[in-house]
Order: sequence, then C-alpha cells, then structure tokens
Amino acid sequence: MRFNQFAIVCLGLSGLSSAALANNAELIERGKYLATAADCVACHTTPEGKPFAGGVEFKLPFGSLYSPNITPDKETGIGSWSDEDFVSALHSGVGKDGKHYYPAFPYTSYTLMPEDEVLAIKAYLSSLDPINQAPPENTLSFPFNQRWGMVFWNMLFLDDGRFEPEPEQSEQWNRGAYLVQGPGHCAECHTPRNLFQALDSGEPLAGNLIQGWQAYNISSDETHGIGAWSEAELVNYMSKGYAPGKGVAGGPMAEVVNKSLRHLEETDLTAIATYLLSTEPQQAGIARPETKQLSMPTEMGLGSNLFAGACASCHRWDGKGNQSPVASLMGLKTVNDPAATNLLGILLTGHAGQEQQIDQRMPRFAEGYSDPELAAVSSFVLQHFGQSGGSVSAGDVAAKRGNTGH
Amino acid sequence: MNLLSINGEQHQLDVPDDMPLLWVLRDVLGLTGTKFGCGIAQCGACTVHLDGEAVRSCVLPVSAVAGKAIVTIEAIAENAVGAKVQQAWLEHEVVQCGYCQSGQIMSATALLQYKPSPSDAEIDAGMAGNICRCGTYTRIRAAIKDIGQA
Amino acid sequence: MDKSRFAVSRRGFLKGSSAALGGLVLSTWLPGFVPRSVAAEATAAGRLGDQSPRAYGAYVRIGHDGLVTVISPKIEMGQGAHTGIAMMVAEELEVPLSAVTIEDAPPDSELYADSLMQFQATGGSTSTRHSWKPLREAGATARLLLIQAAAARWGVDASQCHAKNGEVFGPAEQKLGYGELVDAASELPLPTEVVLKTPEQFTLLGTPARRIDTPNKVNGKAQFTIDLSVPGMLIASTMTCPVYGGTLLSVDDTTAKKVPGVRDVIKLDNAVAVTASNYWACQQGLKALKVEWDLGEHASINSAQIDEALLQASSRDGVVAHSTGDIGKALESAASRFEAVYEQAFLSHSPLEPMTCVAHVRADACELWVGTQVPVFAQQTAAKISGLPADKIIVNNQLIGGAFGRRLDYDFITQAVDVARHVSYPIKLIWSREEDMTHDLYRPQYADRLTAALDADGKPTGWQHRIAGASVLGRYMGSLPENGVDADAVEVAIEPIYELQNLLVNYVREEPKVVPVSWWRGVGPLRSTYALECFIDELAHNAGADPVEFRLSLLAEQPRAQAVLRLAAEKAGWGNTLPAGQGRGVAVSAVFGSYVATVVEMEMLGDKAVRIKRLVSAIDCGLVTNPTSVHAQIEGGTLFGLSASLFNEILIEQGVVQQTNFHNYRQLRINEAPGVEVHIVPSLEAPGGVGETGTALIGPALVNALHAASGTRLRRLPLSRAGYYPA
Ligand code: FES
Ligand code: FES
Repeated sequence: MRFNQFAIVCLGLSGLSSAALANNAELIERGKYLATAADCVACHTTPEGKPFAGGVEFKLPFGSLYSPNITPDKETGIGSWSDEDFVSALHSGVGKDGKHYYPAFPYTSYTLMPEDEVLAIKAYLSSLDPINQAPPENTLSFPFNQRWGMVFWNMLFLDDGRFEPEPEQSEQWNRGAYLVQGPGHCAECHTPRNLFQALDSGEPLAGNLIQGWQAYNISSDETHGIGAWSEAELVNYMSKGYAPGKGVAGGPMAEVVNKSLRHLEETDLTAIATYLLSTEPQQAGIARPETKQLSMPTEMGLGSNLFAGACASCHRWDGKGNQSPVASLMGLKTVNDPAATNLLGILLTGHAGQEQQIDQRMPRFAEGYSDPELAAVSSFVLQHFGQSGGSVSAGDVAAKRGNTGH
Repeated sequence: MNLLSINGEQHQLDVPDDMPLLWVLRDVLGLTGTKFGCGIAQCGACTVHLDGEAVRSCVLPVSAVAGKAIVTIEAIAENAVGAKVQQAWLEHEVVQCGYCQSGQIMSATALLQYKPSPSDAEIDAGMAGNICRCGTYTRIRAAIKDIGQA
Repeated sequence: MDKSRFAVSRRGFLKGSSAALGGLVLSTWLPGFVPRSVAAEATAAGRLGDQSPRAYGAYVRIGHDGLVTVISPKIEMGQGAHTGIAMMVAEELEVPLSAVTIEDAPPDSELYADSLMQFQATGGSTSTRHSWKPLREAGATARLLLIQAAAARWGVDASQCHAKNGEVFGPAEQKLGYGELVDAASELPLPTEVVLKTPEQFTLLGTPARRIDTPNKVNGKAQFTIDLSVPGMLIASTMTCPVYGGTLLSVDDTTAKKVPGVRDVIKLDNAVAVTASNYWACQQGLKALKVEWDLGEHASINSAQIDEALLQASSRDGVVAHSTGDIGKALESAASRFEAVYEQAFLSHSPLEPMTCVAHVRADACELWVGTQVPVFAQQTAAKISGLPADKIIVNNQLIGGAFGRRLDYDFITQAVDVARHVSYPIKLIWSREEDMTHDLYRPQYADRLTAALDADGKPTGWQHRIAGASVLGRYMGSLPENGVDADAVEVAIEPIYELQNLLVNYVREEPKVVPVSWWRGVGPLRSTYALECFIDELAHNAGADPVEFRLSLLAEQPRAQAVLRLAAEKAGWGNTLPAGQGRGVAVSAVFGSYVATVVEMEMLGDKAVRIKRLVSAIDCGLVTNPTSVHAQIEGGTLFGLSASLFNEILIEQGVVQQTNFHNYRQLRINEAPGVEVHIVPSLEAPGGVGETGTALIGPALVNALHAASGTRLRRLPLSRAGYYPA
C-alpha cells in the first residue's frame, strides 16, 4: 500500500517537528488563544461530541458536508500531518491528501494568518488527546462533489496572502482588522455571498442570512450596522453576549460569544470594536428600530395574551427587560426584521445553555405552543416593539421549525 | 460582598454574584415567603418588588440588585395597596394551597400601583405571568376588580 | 335524630397525656374501621405520640384556656380540609370556629385510617366524607363530658344544662367555661352513645365560613416543607437517572466539590445528591458533576410504541370487571353498532411546590418534616431505608403546596432519607422543577374502547367498555386482587349512571414499564367519565338527539343525576340557539359520592382557535360543610382539568420524559381561564367528595363542546395534540 507507506513517512517527519514544538508550552498557550479566536471548536465539535473530533454537519443546498476530526489522532485526525500540510490547509484550502476543501472551512480568512500563528494552532491541537473518530461521508451531489472544481473557485475567490497592516492606522486598529478578517473570520457569516457562495467583496459585513439566522450587518452604518454602538457596548456584547438596547447574541452568535469571543483579552475585543466602528458603512439589511415609550396595550389579542403569560415577566411591556437589561427588546434588530428570522429562531430554540448566566437564559417555546400561537406572539412583538410592520404566519413558523440549526 | 436593601433593612452579604436573589432571600436570609416554583421565570411564585416593580427573583442575580429597594411578601402589608390586596384575598377566599399566592399578591400589588382601576383585560394581562396550579384565577380576578372599584 | 352508637376504646382515651397537658383528650376511634393489614403494621410501628411533646388523643384536645385543638386526620393541601374538619368539631362542641386550631395527625393507622380508603391518607375526595361522622362524634362527645362535669359541679342533672359558645349553662343561669371543666371532664368515663345535631340545628355547618389556614398564606408566614429550617440543616438536591429503572455507574465530583457552599456529594443507587448551604450551590454542584448512568432496559422506549401497545391492548379481552346480561347477543341482534376508542395521555402532577422533604437520620432515631398525604407510608419507608424501627421515626406533617395525588407517593421521602443516612446533619431535599417533572409518577396513559349495540332509534341495547392502561393500584399495592381487576381503573365504568343493559366492562392491564404511574386528581372516575361521556355524546349525535335529552332518557332511575344535569343545562341556557361556529357540550357523572354536571360553551375563532365562553357546573354533593369551599374546589378542579385537557401530555423519547418545566408542560394562565359558574343542589344526602369532581367532568364537556362548535370529534386528549389552542 503506497499510501500507507507515504503516510508513515510523513508521520515520522511531522512527529519530529511536532514533538519539538509540543515542548514549547508558551507556543501551545498561544495556539490555544488563536484557536479560540478562530473558534475552531465550534465547527469541529458536535453537540454531544468530544472537542475537535469533528463530524458537525453543514447543510448546503446541494448536500451535506461534515467537518473533519482535528485532534492528533493518526488515523482519523491530523496526527500524521506535517506543518506544511497544516499550513496548506489554512492558507490554500488544500488538505494533506491534496484534497481541496469547500469554503465552509473559512480558509479564505485564515489565509491572512502568518505561518507562525498557524503553526501555533497546530501545536495546540497536537497537544490534545487524540480521538479516533472519522466523520460521516459528505453527501454532495454532482457537480458539487467534484472537489477539483474548487481549483477554479479558488482562482476566482481566494486571495492567498497574509495580513498586511495599514501603516496609517493605529496598532489597535490593525490588530482589530487582523482579528476580524483573519482568525475571527467574521465576514464568513456577516458578509453576503455571491452566486458562487463566495463573499461579496462589494458589501463587506453588510449582513447575511446563514443557517436560518440573520447574521446582521456589522458595518459602521448607524441604522443598519453597529455604528450607533459605543466601543464599550461592542466589547460588552462580545464578552457577555449582550449590549442592552443594542443586541443580544442568540443562535449561532451565542455560540461564537461563548466559545470564542468572551475568552479573548479585553484589549483584543477593544481592537475589534475600533476596527468595526471604522468600516465602510453599508446601508443594507435590517434597520434598528426606534426606541419609544411603550406600555401594556389596552386591547388584547392572542399575541399580546401569550406575551403576557410567557414573555412579559422577563421582557416587560415597555421592552426594557425586567430582571436584567439583557432581556431588553427595545432597539433590537430582531424585533424589526419583518421576516422575524432570529425572533422565531430564538422562540423555537431558546437560549438556555447552562453556561449562560441565569438572567440570560430563555426557554424554548417550540413544544408548548402551536404554530399559530408562535406566529401571533411574533407578530405582536414585531408590531409592538418595532416599526417594520411585519407579521408572521403560522406557515412561517412551520417552515422555520427544523431550520434553526447552526 | 453585596449590600442589599430588603424590606427597608440593609444586609451585607457574602454570596456569589450570580446567585439568584430568590435563594439569597430564602436560604441565606430565611425569608421564605417568596416561593420557588420553576426557576425559569415562567410561574411567578418568586415575585418580589425591585424599586416598586414586580420581578422574578429566581432569575435575578444578586449582583444586579445592589442599591435597589427590594420588598418581599413579608413586608407588603406596609404598602397601602399591598395591605388592601391581602385583605381582598381573604374576603374573596382566593387561597387554596397558597403556594403561589405570595407571588400573586406581589404581582397584583404592582399591577394596582401601576393601574389603580385595571380593566378585566388589564387584570388578566398583568397577572398572566403567575401560574396557579390550584386554579384560583376566578377569585384573583374578582379580588383585584374589587380593589380597583373601591 | 341521628343516633350514633360507637364503641369506646379505653386505650384510646389517653389519660396520662391529658393530665400532662392539663386538658381533655378524647378518642372516638372505631376499631371496626381499620382493616387488618394496615392496622397490624401500624401497631408494629408503635405510638410515637405517646412520648412526643405533642402527645395526642385521636381528635380533640381542650386546654385550660378553653381553646380547642383538633388533630386532623386529613392534611391541608388547598382543599380546605382543615377548615371543614374544624367546622365539624366546632359545630358539635359548641365553640366558635375561631377557638379551634388544627394539628396534623401523626402516622397512626389505628387512629387515623380513612374509612373509605382503609389507610391513613388524604386523597380521593374523601376528606369530608370520611371525617363527617367521627369528627362530629368527637366534638359531641367532648361537649357531653363537659356538660356532665358542669352538672356534677352544680349538683344538677346534665339534661338541665346546655353548652353554647364555649361555655356550659345550668338551669339557674350559672355558667362555666370549658377551660374550667376540662380536668373534671377528663375523669369521666366516655359515653357509649352520643346524639349528633340534625342539619336543621346546624349553625356553622353549611354556612360559608372563612378558611382558617389562609391568613398566613397571604402574608408569607405559612410554612410549607420547602420553607422549613431545622438547626444544622443543609440543602440537598438530587439528579436521578433520566430513565426510570436506570442506575448510577460513576460520578466525578472534583469540580462540583469546589463550588462554594457545596459540602458533600452522595451516591445513591439511581441518583446522585449534592448537599450545600443553599439550593443554588446544590444546583451548581450538580451541574459540575460528570455522571455516567446505566440507563437500564427502558432506554429505547418511545411514546409511539406505548400508543401502539395500548391501542392493541384495548382490543383484547383482559379480565372481566363487570358483566350483566349478554353483550354478545345484544351485539348480534343490534340494529347497528358503534365503536370508538378514547385516548388519554400520561400526565404529571406538577404541584407548584416541588417535591421536598426534610430528614434527619441519627443513630437512634429519624425525624421527618414533610407534607405527605400518607404519613404511615412515610414512616415505613423511612424505617426501611434507615434501618431504624418504625417507632423511632417521627413524622411531622406539613402544609402542602399542592399535591393533586403526587404526595400520595413517598419516593421523594425515600430518597431524602437515603441522602440523610449518609450524613450527620439534617437535610432539606429540594427537587428542581425539572427533576420534579421528569421523575413524577404519572397519571397513566389509557385507551378506552367502547362498543355499543344500538336499536333502531340509536339507543344502546348493549355496551362493552374495554379499559386498557397501567394499573396504579397494582403498582401502589404491589399487586392486584385475584380477579386481576383494578377497582380504581374501572370505577364509574362498572356503575354508570345510565341504564345500560347487557353491560360488559373489561380491564386490560398494559404496563409501559418505563413510566411509573400513580394517582392523579380525579383518578379512575376521571378516566371512565371521559370515555363514557364522550361516547354517549357521540351516540346522541348519531341518533340525531339532543345530548341532554338523550342522556335524560337513560337516567330514569337517577333523580340526583337528572337534577344536576337539568340544573347545569338550564343555567347554561341549553337549547338557546347559538350562532354558527359556537356550541355547547355537556357531561354528567356520579363521582366520589357526588353528582355533577358541566356545560361548556365554546366559540371557534378560527380553524383551531377555541374560546371557552362559559363554563357552568351543577353539583349535588349531599350535605355541604362549607359552600365556599365547594365553590372553590369546583372552580379550581375544573381549571386544573382544563389545563390538562387543553395542553398536557407527557411524552417519552428513548425512555426519557421530554417535558421539563412550564414552558413545555404548559399551564393554563389567568388570561386563558374562563370563569367557572358553580350551582349547588341543596341536599340532605350524606356528604360526597368535591375536590376532584370538576376535574373529572371538564375533559368530556370540552371535547363535546368542540364537536358542537366545529363539527370535529376529537377522541384523544389533549386538544393541543390536534393543534387546538385557546384564544
Ligand atoms: S420560580 Fe421564579 S418564576 Fe417560577
Ligand atoms: S393556590 Fe395552590 S398554586 Fe395557587
């Protein structure tokens, strides 16, 4: 078996270099921080699975992809990878076996990371316990199962180059730009995609619908983006998952905060905020609603009745948040999105992770309430707290059930 | 250290910041009138007043209430509206097992402070966050209505 | 005159303790009441009270201050039992209600077994029915002795004296307060005969009295089990194996032990407990545990399998619970037949106070503070787990924050003692709502298959009712009687109010073992009433008859049932035409010794949106102790049943209960609750139960109303399963 022999040779080589690196605790520590900033764990860990063992399903219109195992297991993980293999994966989207990755793996962002940072991540991953677990086979249909097609895609859309600081900007700004564009790969979710599933370079960070959730516009536009947020609010959002009256991280973004952002140093979060606030404003996507003085309606209907029972205890009729400002609905884009995308997402999936602070938890209402009821309460929330005039039908809720995955 | 003002008294407490007020009241201070029913802000049994507003103490981290005035069922009689609510509750024989009633009374008091003469719909909306498993709703409605009309 | 003769037990007259208390202690224990099996165990269990500071007689104690303490055989869980019992004693003893305080009876089957259930328990709507006679007798006996003591002091004949308002009056207007007479009275022999008041003489019974337990329930002072604190106590919380029958394999508690406030992590067979200075720390500790379970043999069971098994079981014959005439012949010669299957879901009790028990196990004794419907069983389980003799188990019963049958079981008491025996300090076990809901003992899921032989007019000439489900009685008692019939499950079905010839009732025991089952408010009569009253409604509809008229035509021999049905129909405006999309549904039944009928008026506000516009009940529960309590119990019981009928079902996935808290096991809220109109039929019959009647009637009335309003016939509860919701 030629392949196996080859693998053994590589193994020997990488084993050597990794061993040398593994001694370097500092490097591993740095790699861990970068892996956290890059949120590797999110895509490479199933909900019940072991960290980094892969197998997470990515549902695409033309089939499913499964993330690989990136623990140092020699058979099923990256235990036999050389440094070159690993760098090639992160910089060019080409794996050890010469296979091209699909851009669900954000190598178009990771490519901005300098080689030493990439290798630090590898050192960290190599220090983990190997887990023997192969991901399920991808189920893409033709022609999307033809990985070689990615060669052309890459020619068009991969800008294979490292991050270049802009000398006229501050060090902080550059740090932020690097984190956002490189390891943080924010654009992967927050920038709209073109026909070829590539990021639309014309509208960076202008927001995008991804995996059934709105990844809102995070450009510096005051109405549509985060331009009206203070730097402190952005830092609070990233470190705690909310900024009262501005935003609450739900769905996939809650995971990003939990697994990645909140572990970053405050200086890095401030850098990210500085950078985001300086980006080109994009007037696209959902606008922030005006905040106004609200109170209990005098006329009640199905939606407001349900709100009274299940929601008002935390969110209040004035939308200010009862037990804590986290529950504030005022000023959230979520209540101003006529499609109620994230509103339905949060109603159906909740926000109940045990890692969440007690005042940030919200139960999921998918089971206790029918489609017409969830539609009515969503419509009420949109109309009471927002100005989009949106309304939600039972059919919208039915369609949304089962489409709230990450 | 958290400095709390409960029923007009100051308490200096050494409890974790994320501990819900409910358990500080019940297990640390022995104020057991405030009840535990669900722990997820769905039943209202744990309702107390925070600066006069009804809040669910089971999801309220103690660190968030420092410097605010907390009032529990134990002191609600000192509030003129609260005392009326308690009286109306007795007159209407609202109570069955009684377990939800501290929360009901705290919510009713807050409602009546906000709307002294609530309409039927406002009573329902204002009290909908409080579950009563014994089904005392009809009497709660009547009792609040009575106070509103007095 | 209701002359009541009863034997008086010398040993029940605890003179020693009465002297110690300086009061009068009376027992009206009737030996005949106690079934052997229970009594034997109870005797073995010993007589705690003899040594405890609260030494007791059976029911009544009077102090030198004239204040009366009634030892209540029934606990207070919201149903007003304490007030009702206090009224019964006060009425006969001639004291104002305000002079009476209530103490809960300690475990003692000999003294406090329920005459209907035959063990010491609160439940099954028996509180009034059981207490009616012995408690009034206790009051009357005490009155007689006090009069005799006064007469002796004055040297007059007892017949010349009378008692009123806590005092005895003599022929010359002389009077003595009860407090001054108790010592003398306690020296007198107990009478062999007492005369009870007749209903016309009642001044208290039948009047709307204020509940005596409520003042402390509106100011936060009432203490439920969850509120108790005993010196040195820590809080405990448990995580029990998610699949019933599974066991604990291993626990890694390294992180849990570092949670501030956590004291101990204790491994039990099927659970792990954390003790800490407060509940929050317990929960944080539990979350930090790494636990491995052996999920056991039930880990692959899903609700769909249970549904299927029950449906199939409802086609089997099982055992015969009741048979008259010849159903086979009736079906053969019938003009037509009609068959329907009614399904009802597993239900959780979810009282608002979750399961809680304070336990202290010491080397020489174990003390429990717990609100329980079954104090003797609590004592027995504690004895078994702690290894102490039953007479070393002290049970202090407590106010209950809702039970609905949940606290007829003692699994949480067993667990509390199991935790407590591992530690030296007392613990207060508190289940989280999630633990409570996923480790309940559920109301069984049932499938009732009814088949009727019908004549040309659509009237039943034969009736077969097959009841398939798990047996609560079988689990509770360990086995069923030899005939294999669960008497509770077939109640009402075997004695329908309707005149039904050729009646065959089969009981098919089908146990989905993954879900332990227990009594739930309304128990057997609820299940049977649902199936019966839906079926009869379908028959009426098929016959083109008015549902009330159709029922009345089968109630010729049932004046009380007729009366409540007529009253409810009349009050609900039955017969007045309603606009399209609206309709009324009715149900009537004889349950727990009472007759009750309920009418629901419903409006469809869309395809699946239902609005209950009116809810009217009429009840004949015999002599009424406290009309306010009757109203309240029917209101509450109806809404309790409405909540379940609209929303509730416990579903099982991979052996695990899916409903965890009130967001997915939804409860009726005030803005979804219709008003409940209650009409009481005046009656001199023996008192019937009330607490569960409303619950039993609402389900069928609701389903029948849905049919009337929308034309859709649902046979499976809850309505939400078919997409209906209240609007
Ligand atoms: S215990 Fe706080 S709302 Fe239920
Ligand atoms: S009175 Fe029992 S829960 Fe409300």
